[in-house]
Amino acid sequence: MTDMTEIDAKVRKVLAEQLAVEEALVVPEARFAEELNADSLDLVEAVLALEEEWNIEIPEEEMDGVKTVGAAINLVATKLGVS
Amino acid sequence: MKVALITGGSRGIGRASGLALARDGWSVAVGYHSGKRDAKQVAATIEADGGTAITVRIDVSDESSVTDGFREVADTLGAVTGLVNNAGMTHDGLTVKYPTVTFEKTMAINVTGTFLCTRAALRGMLRSRWGRIVNISSAVALRGNPGQAAYTASKAGVLGMTRSIGREVGSRGVTVNAVCPGLVDTEMIADLPDDQRDFMIAATPLGRMATPEEVANVVRFLMSDEASYVNGAVIPVDGGLTA
Repeated sequence: MTDMTEIDAKVRKVLAEQLAVEEALVVPEARFAEELNADSLDLVEAVLALEEEWNIEIPEEEMDGVKTVGAAINLVATKLGVS
Repeated sequence: MKVALITGGSRGIGRASGLALARDGWSVAVGYHSGKRDAKQVAATIEADGGTAITVRIDVSDESSVTDGFREVADTLGAVTGLVNNAGMTHDGLTVKYPTVTFEKTMAINVTGTFLCTRAALRGMLRSRWGRIVNISSAVALRGNPGQAAYTASKAGVLGMTRSIGREVGSRGVTVNAVCPGLVDTEMIADLPDDQRDFMIAATPLGRMATPEEVANVVRFLMSDEASYVNGAVIPVDGGLTA
């Protein structure tokens, strides 16, 4: 059964891999552009990786509001129906 | 794993490109829309020469057909690492009488088709940090041609896309380039009136049409490792027509 702790851990792991940063830096408050040095292509690739990890679809319109790690975690959780 | 998908691969430049890529060690997916028998013939020729080939039906203007087609290739040969956006149509006529539906169909196949296939291919290419996309445009996109407003609009559109997408994904080892053939001896020009064909040949310094193989040679180069520093490039293969 997927729960928030699992989603949190997995999202952070995928993001750390995609953005080539230490997992310790991938905290909920971390902003992709400012703290994690991610450009738009990095972000798109991270979204693709998250989509494939859980076989979900994240449409382009929903990507816009995702500026922090926490927002990404919440988005995935919403897609999986977990709150 | 070199897996090439060529849209419109059953005839003409697509066919020649498929054969050339197979000789270069690519596994080839021959994309076709209505030319199933011709596509099977191309695949059979490749296999008879010791290569690997399948046929896959794709209507490039249809999003779900593209999705299904790419999945079929991935399931059979592996993820597409090289894409030749060759499927295209032309229907010539002067603008003042040109039907809207034909204009839109030309754009749907030539431009939207190139976009849909490129988008589908990029996912895997970005992940593996290597990819080749070659778009077949046309020399007439560079200079215009009476009676071809729709065709040249679409082929010029492909050039804009080539440059933009090349800039987007180059950092991931994916190159995107365009080839602009001049007059090529294929079925697409079968209905071209003699006087128009002769006019174009007269305007071509080499004084003749190209064979599909002469265009395929450039496609094969752009798809290869040797072309690793060629990105966002527009390469006329037109005998000097637009020099």
